[in-house]
Amino acid sequence: MVEATGPQATVQDAGRPGYSDLGVGVSGAADRAAARLGNRLVGNPEDAAVLEATFGGLAVRVRGGATVAVTGAPCEVVVDGRPVGHHCRVRVPAGARLRLDAPAAGVRSYLAVRGSIAVDPVLGSRSTDVLAGLGPAALSVGDVLPVGAARGVPPATDLAPVASPPAGDVSVRVVLGPRHDWFTADAVQALLRTPWTVSRDSNRVGMRLDGPAMERAAGFADAELPSEGVVRGSLQIAASGRPTVFLADHPVTGGYPVAAVVLDADTDLLAQVRAGQRLRFRAVGV
Amino acid sequence: MSRTLRPCGDLGLLAEVDDTAAVTALHAALREEMTAGRLAGVADLIRGARTVLVRMTPRADVRAVAAVVGEIEPAPQAASGPDRVLDIGVVYDGDDLDEVAAHTGLTVPEVVAAHTGQVWTVAFAGFAPGFGYLQGTDDRLVVPRRDESRISVPAGAVALAARFSGVYPRPSPGGWQLIGQTGERMWDLDRDPPALLTPGTRVRFHEEG
Repeated sequence: MVEATGPQATVQDAGRPGYSDLGVGVSGAADRAAARLGNRLVGNPEDAAVLEATFGGLAVRVRGGATVAVTGAPCEVVVDGRPVGHHCRVRVPAGARLRLDAPAAGVRSYLAVRGSIAVDPVLGSRSTDVLAGLGPAALSVGDVLPVGAARGVPPATDLAPVASPPAGDVSVRVVLGPRHDWFTADAVQALLRTPWTVSRDSNRVGMRLDGPAMERAAGFADAELPSEGVVRGSLQIAASGRPTVFLADHPVTGGYPVAAVVLDADTDLLAQVRAGQRLRFRAVGV
Repeated sequence: MSRTLRPCGDLGLLAEVDDTAAVTALHAALREEMTAGRLAGVADLIRGARTVLVRMTPRADVRAVAAVVGEIEPAPQAASGPDRVLDIGVVYDGDDLDEVAAHTGLTVPEVVAAHTGQVWTVAFAGFAPGFGYLQGTDDRLVVPRRDESRISVPAGAVALAARFSGVYPRPSPGGWQLIGQTGERMWDLDRDPPALLTPGTRVRFHEEG
Protein backbone atom coordinates (compact mmCIF):
# COMPACT_ATOMS: atom_id res chain seq x y z
CA MET A 1 0.00 0.00 0.00
CA VAL A 2 1.26 3.45 -0.94
CA GLU A 3 1.90 5.65 2.15
CA ALA A 4 3.68 8.55 0.42
CA THR A 5 4.30 9.40 -3.23
CA GLY A 6 6.86 12.18 -3.33
CA PRO A 7 6.42 14.76 -6.14
CA GLN A 8 5.19 12.11 -8.60
CA ALA A 9 5.27 8.33 -8.66
CA THR A 10 3.86 6.17 -11.44
CA VAL A 11 3.75 2.58 -12.61
CA GLN A 12 5.94 2.04 -15.69
CA ASP A 13 6.90 -0.85 -17.94
CA ALA A 14 8.31 -0.99 -21.47
CA GLY A 15 5.35 1.06 -22.76
CA ARG A 16 2.80 0.52 -25.52
CA PRO A 17 4.49 0.70 -28.92
CA GLY A 18 2.51 0.16 -32.12
CA TYR A 19 -0.59 2.29 -31.46
CA SER A 20 0.36 5.44 -33.33
CA ASP A 21 -2.70 5.03 -35.60
CA LEU A 22 -4.83 5.52 -32.48
CA GLY A 23 -2.90 8.64 -31.49
CA VAL A 24 -1.25 6.74 -28.63
CA GLY A 25 2.47 7.12 -27.89
CA VAL A 26 4.95 4.63 -26.48
CA SER A 27 5.38 6.00 -22.91
CA GLY A 28 7.12 3.55 -20.52
CA ALA A 29 9.96 4.05 -18.03
CA ALA A 30 11.76 7.36 -18.60
CA ASP A 31 15.09 5.67 -17.76
CA ARG A 32 14.55 2.32 -19.47
CA ALA A 33 17.97 0.92 -18.60
CA ALA A 34 17.37 1.51 -14.88
CA ALA A 35 13.94 -0.15 -14.99
CA ARG A 36 15.37 -3.14 -16.87
CA LEU A 37 18.22 -3.49 -14.36
CA GLY A 38 15.80 -3.44 -11.42
CA ASN A 39 13.75 -6.19 -13.03
CA ARG A 40 16.85 -8.28 -13.70
CA LEU A 41 17.99 -7.97 -10.08
CA VAL A 42 14.71 -9.40 -8.77
CA GLY A 43 14.41 -12.05 -11.49
CA ASN A 44 11.52 -10.43 -13.44
CA PRO A 45 11.27 -10.19 -17.22
CA GLU A 46 13.07 -6.95 -18.22
CA ASP A 47 9.87 -5.32 -19.44
CA ALA A 48 7.88 -5.97 -16.22
CA ALA A 49 6.06 -3.12 -14.48
CA VAL A 50 7.97 -1.21 -11.76
CA LEU A 51 7.38 1.98 -9.79
CA GLU A 52 9.03 5.16 -11.04
CA ALA A 53 9.62 7.69 -8.25
CA THR A 54 10.45 11.30 -9.13
CA PHE A 55 12.87 12.90 -6.60
CA GLY A 56 12.18 10.06 -4.13
CA GLY A 57 9.66 10.50 -1.37
CA LEU A 58 7.94 7.22 -2.18
CA ALA A 59 6.94 5.06 0.78
CA VAL A 60 5.06 1.76 0.66
CA ARG A 61 3.87 -0.70 3.29
CA VAL A 62 4.70 -4.17 2.00
CA ARG A 63 1.84 -6.37 3.17
CA GLY A 64 2.96 -9.86 2.29
CA GLY A 65 6.73 -9.38 2.23
CA ALA A 66 8.60 -8.93 -1.03
CA THR A 67 11.93 -9.06 -2.78
CA VAL A 68 12.77 -5.67 -4.23
CA ALA A 69 15.54 -3.66 -5.86
CA VAL A 70 15.87 0.11 -6.22
CA THR A 71 17.73 1.39 -9.30
CA GLY A 72 18.06 4.65 -11.23
CA ALA A 73 18.82 7.86 -9.34
CA PRO A 74 20.74 6.67 -6.26
CA CYS A 75 18.78 7.38 -3.09
CA GLU A 76 18.82 6.13 0.45
CA VAL A 77 16.47 3.14 0.69
CA VAL A 78 15.09 2.57 4.16
CA VAL A 79 13.24 -0.55 5.40
CA ASP A 80 11.57 -0.03 8.80
CA GLY A 81 14.10 2.65 9.67
CA ARG A 82 17.11 0.59 8.61
CA PRO A 83 19.07 1.77 5.54
CA VAL A 84 19.60 -0.87 2.86
CA GLY A 85 21.48 -0.48 -0.40
CA HIS A 86 20.35 0.62 -3.83
CA HIS A 87 21.17 -1.31 -6.98
CA CYS A 88 20.94 -4.51 -4.95
CA ARG A 89 18.35 -7.13 -4.12
CA VAL A 90 16.65 -6.62 -0.75
CA ARG A 91 14.22 -8.86 1.12
CA VAL A 92 11.46 -6.80 2.77
CA PRO A 93 9.60 -8.61 5.56
CA ALA A 94 5.81 -8.73 5.69
CA GLY A 95 4.32 -5.52 7.07
CA ALA A 96 7.55 -3.53 6.74
CA ARG A 97 7.65 0.05 5.50
CA LEU A 98 9.93 0.73 2.53
CA ARG A 99 10.96 4.32 1.88
CA LEU A 100 12.94 5.95 -0.93
CA ASP A 101 14.58 9.21 0.15
CA ALA A 102 15.40 12.07 -2.21
CA PRO A 103 18.29 11.14 -4.52
CA ALA A 104 21.60 12.97 -4.22
CA ALA A 105 21.86 13.11 -8.02
CA GLY A 106 19.52 12.29 -10.86
CA VAL A 107 15.73 12.49 -10.90
CA ARG A 108 14.03 9.11 -11.21
CA SER A 109 14.48 6.03 -9.04
CA TYR A 110 12.86 2.69 -9.81
CA LEU A 111 11.42 0.21 -7.35
CA ALA A 112 11.23 -3.26 -8.88
CA VAL A 113 9.33 -5.95 -7.00
CA ARG A 114 9.81 -9.65 -7.63
CA GLY A 115 6.61 -10.78 -9.40
CA SER A 116 6.14 -7.22 -10.77
CA ILE A 117 3.39 -4.64 -10.23
CA ALA A 118 0.24 -6.35 -11.51
CA VAL A 119 -2.21 -3.48 -12.09
CA ASP A 120 -4.55 -3.93 -15.07
CA PRO A 121 -2.87 -3.20 -18.41
CA VAL A 122 -4.31 -0.69 -20.89
CA LEU A 123 -3.56 -1.46 -24.54
CA GLY A 124 -1.03 -4.04 -23.44
CA SER A 125 0.91 -1.83 -21.03
CA ARG A 126 0.77 -0.85 -17.35
CA SER A 127 2.57 2.46 -17.97
CA THR A 128 1.06 5.77 -16.95
CA ASP A 129 1.18 8.13 -19.94
CA VAL A 130 0.79 11.57 -18.36
CA LEU A 131 0.24 13.31 -21.70
CA ALA A 132 -2.35 10.89 -23.10
CA GLY A 133 -4.02 10.23 -19.75
CA LEU A 134 -3.75 6.48 -20.35
CA GLY A 135 -2.86 3.67 -17.98
CA PRO A 136 -3.10 3.74 -14.19
CA ALA A 137 -3.36 7.16 -12.56
CA ALA A 138 -0.22 8.51 -10.88
CA LEU A 139 0.09 6.90 -7.44
CA SER A 140 -1.90 8.34 -4.53
CA VAL A 141 -1.61 7.72 -0.81
CA GLY A 142 -3.77 4.71 0.06
CA ASP A 143 -3.44 2.98 -3.32
CA VAL A 144 -3.06 -0.79 -2.99
CA LEU A 145 -0.86 -2.24 -5.71
CA PRO A 146 -1.15 -5.95 -6.51
CA VAL A 147 2.08 -7.92 -6.98
CA GLY A 148 2.10 -10.78 -9.48
CA ALA A 149 3.31 -14.31 -9.02
CA ALA A 150 7.09 -14.69 -9.26
CA ARG A 151 8.37 -16.82 -12.09
CA GLY A 152 11.85 -18.25 -12.54
CA VAL A 153 14.72 -17.67 -10.15
CA PRO A 154 16.53 -14.40 -9.44
CA PRO A 155 20.07 -14.22 -10.78
CA ALA A 156 23.00 -15.31 -8.66
CA THR A 157 24.24 -11.73 -8.53
CA ASP A 158 22.34 -9.49 -6.15
CA LEU A 159 24.31 -6.30 -6.67
CA ALA A 160 24.85 -4.25 -9.83
CA PRO A 161 27.47 -1.50 -9.71
CA VAL A 162 26.44 1.38 -11.96
CA ALA A 163 27.70 4.91 -12.42
CA SER A 164 25.69 7.65 -10.72
CA PRO A 165 24.01 10.27 -12.91
CA PRO A 166 26.41 13.20 -13.34
CA ALA A 167 25.72 16.20 -11.13
CA GLY A 168 27.32 18.80 -13.44
CA ASP A 169 27.05 19.37 -17.18
CA VAL A 170 25.71 16.39 -19.10
CA SER A 171 26.80 15.59 -22.64
CA VAL A 172 24.63 13.53 -24.95
CA ARG A 173 25.10 12.54 -28.57
CA VAL A 174 22.70 13.79 -31.27
CA VAL A 175 22.12 13.20 -34.96
CA LEU A 176 21.27 16.44 -36.76
CA GLY A 177 17.91 16.50 -38.52
CA PRO A 178 15.37 15.68 -39.68
CA ARG A 179 14.65 19.46 -39.98
CA HIS A 180 17.92 21.25 -39.15
CA ASP A 181 17.67 22.85 -42.60
CA TRP A 182 14.84 25.03 -41.20
CA PHE A 183 17.44 26.92 -39.13
CA THR A 184 20.38 29.13 -39.98
CA ALA A 185 23.83 27.53 -40.05
CA ASP A 186 24.74 29.77 -37.10
CA ALA A 187 21.75 28.51 -35.11
CA VAL A 188 22.71 24.89 -35.78
CA GLN A 189 26.30 25.62 -34.73
CA ALA A 190 24.99 27.31 -31.58
CA LEU A 191 22.83 24.28 -30.83
CA LEU A 192 26.01 22.21 -30.67
CA ARG A 193 28.17 24.77 -28.84
CA THR A 194 25.73 26.13 -26.27
CA PRO A 195 25.37 24.61 -22.83
CA TRP A 196 21.55 24.45 -22.62
CA THR A 197 20.03 24.85 -19.16
CA VAL A 198 17.21 22.46 -18.30
CA SER A 199 14.25 24.56 -17.16
CA ARG A 200 11.83 23.81 -14.34
CA ASP A 201 9.22 23.38 -17.05
CA SER A 202 10.06 19.68 -17.38
CA ASN A 203 8.16 16.44 -16.88
CA ARG A 204 7.78 12.98 -18.44
CA VAL A 205 6.64 14.59 -21.71
CA GLY A 206 9.73 16.70 -22.23
CA MET A 207 12.20 19.23 -20.90
CA ARG A 208 12.25 22.86 -21.98
CA LEU A 209 15.76 24.16 -22.51
CA ASP A 210 16.97 27.71 -21.88
CA GLY A 211 19.54 29.21 -24.22
CA PRO A 212 19.76 31.39 -27.31
CA ALA A 213 16.63 31.32 -29.51
CA MET A 214 17.24 29.31 -32.67
CA GLU A 215 16.74 31.50 -35.71
CA ARG A 216 14.89 30.14 -38.74
CA ALA A 217 16.66 30.07 -42.09
CA ALA A 218 15.54 32.33 -44.94
CA GLY A 219 12.42 30.88 -46.53
CA PHE A 220 11.35 29.11 -43.34
CA ALA A 221 10.64 32.19 -41.21
CA ASP A 222 6.86 31.81 -41.29
CA ALA A 223 6.67 28.24 -42.58
CA GLU A 224 4.31 25.81 -40.84
CA LEU A 225 5.46 22.23 -40.65
CA PRO A 226 2.81 19.68 -41.61
CA SER A 227 2.50 17.46 -38.51
CA GLU A 228 4.91 14.53 -38.54
CA GLY A 229 5.92 11.67 -36.26
CA VAL A 230 8.47 12.30 -33.52
CA VAL A 231 10.63 9.97 -31.41
CA ARG A 232 12.01 10.02 -27.86
CA GLY A 233 14.97 12.37 -27.73
CA SER A 234 13.72 14.74 -30.45
CA LEU A 235 14.79 18.38 -30.04
CA GLN A 236 11.69 20.21 -31.21
CA ILE A 237 12.09 23.93 -31.76
CA ALA A 238 8.93 25.95 -31.01
CA ALA A 239 7.98 29.07 -32.97
CA SER A 240 9.73 31.11 -30.25
CA GLY A 241 13.02 29.36 -31.13
CA ARG A 242 13.17 27.53 -27.78
CA PRO A 243 13.97 23.82 -27.83
CA THR A 244 12.09 21.12 -25.98
CA VAL A 245 13.65 17.69 -25.78
CA PHE A 246 11.03 14.95 -25.76
CA LEU A 247 11.03 12.20 -23.13
CA ALA A 248 8.90 9.05 -22.69
CA ASP A 249 5.39 10.57 -22.88
CA HIS A 250 6.04 12.77 -25.92
CA PRO A 251 3.18 13.29 -28.42
CA VAL A 252 2.91 10.90 -31.39
CA THR A 253 3.17 13.73 -33.93
CA GLY A 254 4.47 17.27 -33.66
CA GLY A 255 3.88 20.45 -35.64
CA TYR A 256 7.25 22.15 -35.07
CA PRO A 257 10.55 21.24 -36.73
CA VAL A 258 12.93 18.85 -34.97
CA ALA A 259 16.50 20.12 -35.41
CA ALA A 260 18.29 17.10 -33.92
CA VAL A 261 17.55 13.83 -32.15
CA VAL A 262 19.42 12.42 -29.15
CA LEU A 263 20.74 8.89 -29.71
CA ASP A 264 18.29 6.34 -28.36
CA ALA A 265 20.75 4.95 -25.80
CA ASP A 266 21.44 8.46 -24.41
CA THR A 267 17.76 9.27 -23.82
CA ASP A 268 17.89 7.26 -20.56
CA LEU A 269 20.48 9.73 -19.29
CA LEU A 270 18.19 12.66 -20.23
CA ALA A 271 15.58 11.27 -17.83
CA GLN A 272 18.06 11.80 -14.96
CA VAL A 273 18.98 15.44 -15.67
CA ARG A 274 17.64 18.01 -13.23
CA ALA A 275 16.31 21.49 -13.75
CA GLY A 276 19.26 23.88 -13.61
CA GLN A 277 21.75 21.34 -14.93
CA ARG A 278 23.25 22.05 -18.33
CA LEU A 279 23.01 19.83 -21.40
CA ARG A 280 25.52 19.74 -24.21
CA PHE A 281 24.83 18.15 -27.56
CA ARG A 282 27.58 16.44 -29.53
CA ALA A 283 26.78 15.67 -33.17
CA VAL A 284 27.54 12.21 -34.51
CA GLY A 285 26.84 10.68 -37.91
CA VAL A 286 24.51 7.78 -38.51
CA MET B 1 6.88 9.38 -56.70
CA SER B 2 9.60 11.44 -55.08
CA ARG B 3 10.73 10.41 -51.63
CA THR B 4 13.27 12.03 -49.31
CA LEU B 5 14.75 10.10 -46.40
CA ARG B 6 15.85 12.04 -43.34
CA PRO B 7 17.44 10.61 -40.21
CA CYS B 8 15.52 10.83 -36.91
CA GLY B 9 18.29 9.96 -34.50
CA ASP B 10 20.01 6.59 -34.79
CA LEU B 11 16.83 4.49 -34.78
CA GLY B 12 14.39 6.58 -36.79
CA LEU B 13 13.97 7.29 -40.46
CA LEU B 14 11.57 9.93 -41.76
CA ALA B 15 10.34 9.28 -45.31
CA GLU B 16 8.90 12.42 -46.84
CA VAL B 17 6.53 12.13 -49.80
CA ASP B 18 4.34 14.47 -51.86
CA ASP B 19 0.92 14.20 -50.24
CA THR B 20 -1.40 12.20 -48.00
CA ALA B 21 -2.25 9.71 -50.75
CA ALA B 22 1.45 8.91 -51.09
CA VAL B 23 1.69 8.54 -47.28
CA THR B 24 -1.16 6.02 -47.35
CA ALA B 25 0.44 4.07 -50.20
CA LEU B 26 3.93 4.01 -48.65
CA HIS B 27 2.54 3.09 -45.23
CA ALA B 28 0.54 0.19 -46.73
CA ALA B 29 3.57 -1.10 -48.66
CA LEU B 30 5.84 -0.92 -45.58
CA ARG B 31 3.18 -2.52 -43.38
CA GLU B 32 3.06 -5.41 -45.85
CA GLU B 33 6.86 -5.77 -45.70
CA MET B 34 6.67 -5.81 -41.89
CA THR B 35 3.95 -8.47 -41.90
CA ALA B 36 6.05 -10.56 -44.28
CA GLY B 37 8.94 -10.33 -41.83
CA ARG B 38 11.21 -8.38 -44.19
CA LEU B 39 11.72 -5.35 -41.93
CA ALA B 40 13.29 -6.96 -38.85
CA GLY B 41 13.68 -4.54 -35.96
CA VAL B 42 11.05 -2.05 -37.16
CA ALA B 43 8.84 -1.22 -34.15
CA ASP B 44 6.33 1.19 -35.62
CA LEU B 45 5.29 3.12 -38.73
CA ILE B 46 3.98 6.56 -37.74
CA ARG B 47 2.01 8.50 -40.32
CA GLY B 48 2.14 12.27 -40.64
CA ALA B 49 0.62 14.67 -43.14
CA ARG B 50 3.40 14.07 -45.68
CA THR B 51 5.66 11.62 -43.92
CA VAL B 52 5.99 8.08 -42.65
CA LEU B 53 8.30 7.78 -39.64
CA VAL B 54 9.93 4.37 -39.37
CA ARG B 55 10.84 3.73 -35.74
CA MET B 56 13.31 0.92 -35.10
CA THR B 57 14.65 -1.03 -32.12
CA PRO B 58 18.40 -1.40 -31.52
CA ARG B 59 18.36 -4.83 -33.20
CA ALA B 60 17.38 -3.34 -36.59
CA ASP B 61 19.83 -3.18 -39.47
CA VAL B 62 19.29 0.54 -40.11
CA ARG B 63 20.98 0.51 -43.52
CA ALA B 64 18.95 -2.45 -44.74
CA VAL B 65 15.71 -0.83 -43.53
CA ALA B 66 16.70 2.47 -45.19
CA ALA B 67 17.30 0.64 -48.46
CA VAL B 68 13.82 -0.89 -48.36
CA VAL B 69 12.14 2.39 -47.36
CA GLY B 70 14.00 4.27 -50.08
CA GLU B 71 13.34 1.86 -52.90
CA ILE B 72 9.99 0.21 -52.25
CA GLU B 73 7.43 0.76 -55.02
CA PRO B 74 3.98 1.01 -53.43
CA ALA B 75 1.15 -0.62 -55.36
CA PRO B 76 -1.46 1.87 -56.56
CA GLN B 77 -4.05 2.23 -53.79
CA ALA B 78 -7.64 1.23 -54.33
CA ALA B 79 -9.92 4.28 -54.51
CA SER B 80 -9.99 4.66 -50.72
CA GLY B 81 -10.31 2.14 -47.93
CA PRO B 82 -13.62 0.90 -46.62
CA ASP B 83 -16.80 1.83 -48.47
CA ARG B 84 -18.60 2.70 -45.29
CA VAL B 85 -18.78 6.39 -44.47
CA LEU B 86 -19.17 7.19 -40.79
CA ASP B 87 -21.96 9.67 -40.13
CA ILE B 88 -21.33 12.16 -37.30
CA GLY B 89 -24.02 14.57 -36.15
CA VAL B 90 -22.85 18.05 -35.14
CA VAL B 91 -24.55 21.03 -33.53
CA TYR B 92 -22.84 23.94 -35.29
CA ASP B 93 -22.58 26.45 -32.45
CA GLY B 94 -18.80 26.77 -32.06
CA ASP B 95 -17.25 29.94 -30.62
CA ASP B 96 -15.06 30.48 -33.68
CA LEU B 97 -17.74 30.16 -36.40
CA ASP B 98 -17.71 33.90 -37.10
CA GLU B 99 -13.93 33.96 -37.28
CA VAL B 100 -13.90 30.98 -39.67
CA ALA B 101 -16.53 32.73 -41.80
CA ALA B 102 -14.47 35.92 -41.86
CA HIS B 103 -11.29 34.03 -42.75
CA THR B 104 -12.81 31.97 -45.54
CA GLY B 105 -15.04 34.70 -46.96
CA LEU B 106 -18.09 32.49 -46.46
CA THR B 107 -21.23 33.13 -44.44
CA VAL B 108 -21.80 30.97 -41.35
CA PRO B 109 -24.45 28.85 -43.14
CA GLU B 110 -21.97 28.42 -46.02
CA VAL B 111 -19.28 27.25 -43.55
CA VAL B 112 -21.73 24.66 -42.20
CA ALA B 113 -22.68 23.63 -45.74
CA ALA B 114 -19.01 23.27 -46.70
CA HIS B 115 -18.28 21.16 -43.61
CA THR B 116 -21.28 18.85 -44.12
CA GLY B 117 -21.00 18.83 -47.90
CA GLN B 118 -17.77 16.86 -48.29
CA VAL B 119 -16.43 13.46 -47.27
CA TRP B 120 -13.48 13.70 -44.87
CA THR B 121 -10.82 11.00 -44.58
CA VAL B 122 -8.58 10.41 -41.54
CA ALA B 123 -5.04 10.97 -42.78
CA PHE B 124 -3.17 10.29 -39.55
CA ALA B 125 -3.60 10.37 -35.77
CA GLY B 126 -1.91 12.39 -33.04
CA PHE B 127 -2.31 15.13 -30.44
CA ALA B 128 -4.34 12.83 -28.15
CA PRO B 129 -5.66 9.26 -28.14
CA GLY B 130 -8.52 9.14 -30.64
CA PHE B 131 -7.70 12.42 -32.41
CA GLY B 132 -7.73 11.87 -36.18
CA TYR B 133 -6.61 14.52 -38.64
CA LEU B 134 -9.47 14.65 -41.18
CA GLN B 135 -8.66 15.72 -44.69
CA GLY B 136 -11.41 17.10 -46.89
CA THR B 137 -11.80 17.15 -50.64
CA ASP B 138 -11.66 20.89 -51.23
CA ASP B 139 -9.93 23.99 -49.84
CA ARG B 140 -12.96 26.06 -48.80
CA LEU B 141 -12.32 25.58 -45.07
CA VAL B 142 -8.56 26.13 -44.83
CA VAL B 143 -8.00 28.28 -41.72
CA PRO B 144 -4.99 28.84 -39.45
CA ARG B 145 -4.76 27.79 -35.82
CA ARG B 146 -5.93 30.38 -33.30
CA ASP B 147 -3.27 32.87 -32.15
CA GLU B 148 -3.83 31.79 -28.56
CA SER B 149 -4.57 28.23 -27.50
CA ARG B 150 -7.65 27.75 -25.34
CA ILE B 151 -6.87 26.33 -21.90
CA SER B 152 -9.77 23.93 -22.15
CA VAL B 153 -11.74 22.66 -25.12
CA PRO B 154 -14.62 20.26 -24.30
CA ALA B 155 -14.75 16.64 -25.46
CA GLY B 156 -16.67 16.37 -28.73
CA ALA B 157 -15.70 19.85 -29.95
CA VAL B 158 -15.54 19.88 -33.76
CA ALA B 159 -12.76 22.08 -35.06
CA LEU B 160 -10.74 23.27 -38.05
CA ALA B 161 -7.08 24.18 -38.55
CA ALA B 162 -4.26 23.85 -41.04
CA ARG B 163 -6.29 22.18 -43.84
CA PHE B 164 -7.74 19.62 -41.41
CA SER B 165 -10.88 19.06 -39.39
CA GLY B 166 -10.85 17.18 -36.09
CA VAL B 167 -12.94 16.26 -33.07
CA TYR B 168 -11.46 16.65 -29.56
CA PRO B 169 -11.68 13.21 -27.87
CA ARG B 170 -11.55 14.56 -24.32
CA PRO B 171 -11.32 17.92 -22.55
CA SER B 172 -7.90 19.37 -23.31
CA PRO B 173 -6.12 22.57 -24.23
CA GLY B 174 -6.51 23.32 -27.91
CA GLY B 175 -5.60 25.86 -30.56
CA TRP B 176 -8.00 24.89 -33.34
CA GLN B 177 -11.00 26.96 -34.48
CA LEU B 178 -14.16 25.58 -32.87
CA ILE B 179 -17.20 25.27 -35.15
CA GLY B 180 -19.48 22.84 -33.33
CA GLN B 181 -20.07 20.01 -30.94
CA THR B 182 -20.86 16.29 -31.33
CA GLY B 183 -22.12 13.73 -28.82
CA GLU B 184 -20.16 10.88 -30.47
CA ARG B 185 -17.47 9.29 -28.30
CA MET B 186 -14.16 9.58 -30.11
CA TRP B 187 -12.28 7.39 -27.60
CA ASP B 188 -13.68 4.45 -25.67
CA LEU B 189 -11.38 1.84 -24.13
CA ASP B 190 -14.26 -0.66 -24.08
CA ARG B 191 -14.35 -0.55 -27.87
CA ASP B 192 -11.93 -2.26 -30.28
CA PRO B 193 -10.24 -0.22 -31.57
CA PRO B 194 -10.85 2.41 -28.87
CA ALA B 195 -10.52 5.22 -31.44
CA LEU B 196 -13.58 5.94 -33.61
CA LEU B 197 -11.36 7.65 -36.17
CA THR B 198 -8.33 5.73 -37.44
CA PRO B 199 -6.34 6.47 -40.61
CA GLY B 200 -8.44 5.65 -43.68
CA THR B 201 -11.79 6.11 -41.91
CA ARG B 202 -14.16 8.24 -44.00
CA VAL B 203 -16.52 10.65 -42.30
CA ARG B 204 -19.50 12.77 -43.31
CA PHE B 205 -20.81 15.36 -40.84
CA HIS B 206 -24.49 16.30 -40.69
CA GLU B 207 -26.14 19.19 -38.90
CA GLU B 208 -28.25 18.43 -35.86
CA GLY B 209 -30.95 20.87 -34.78
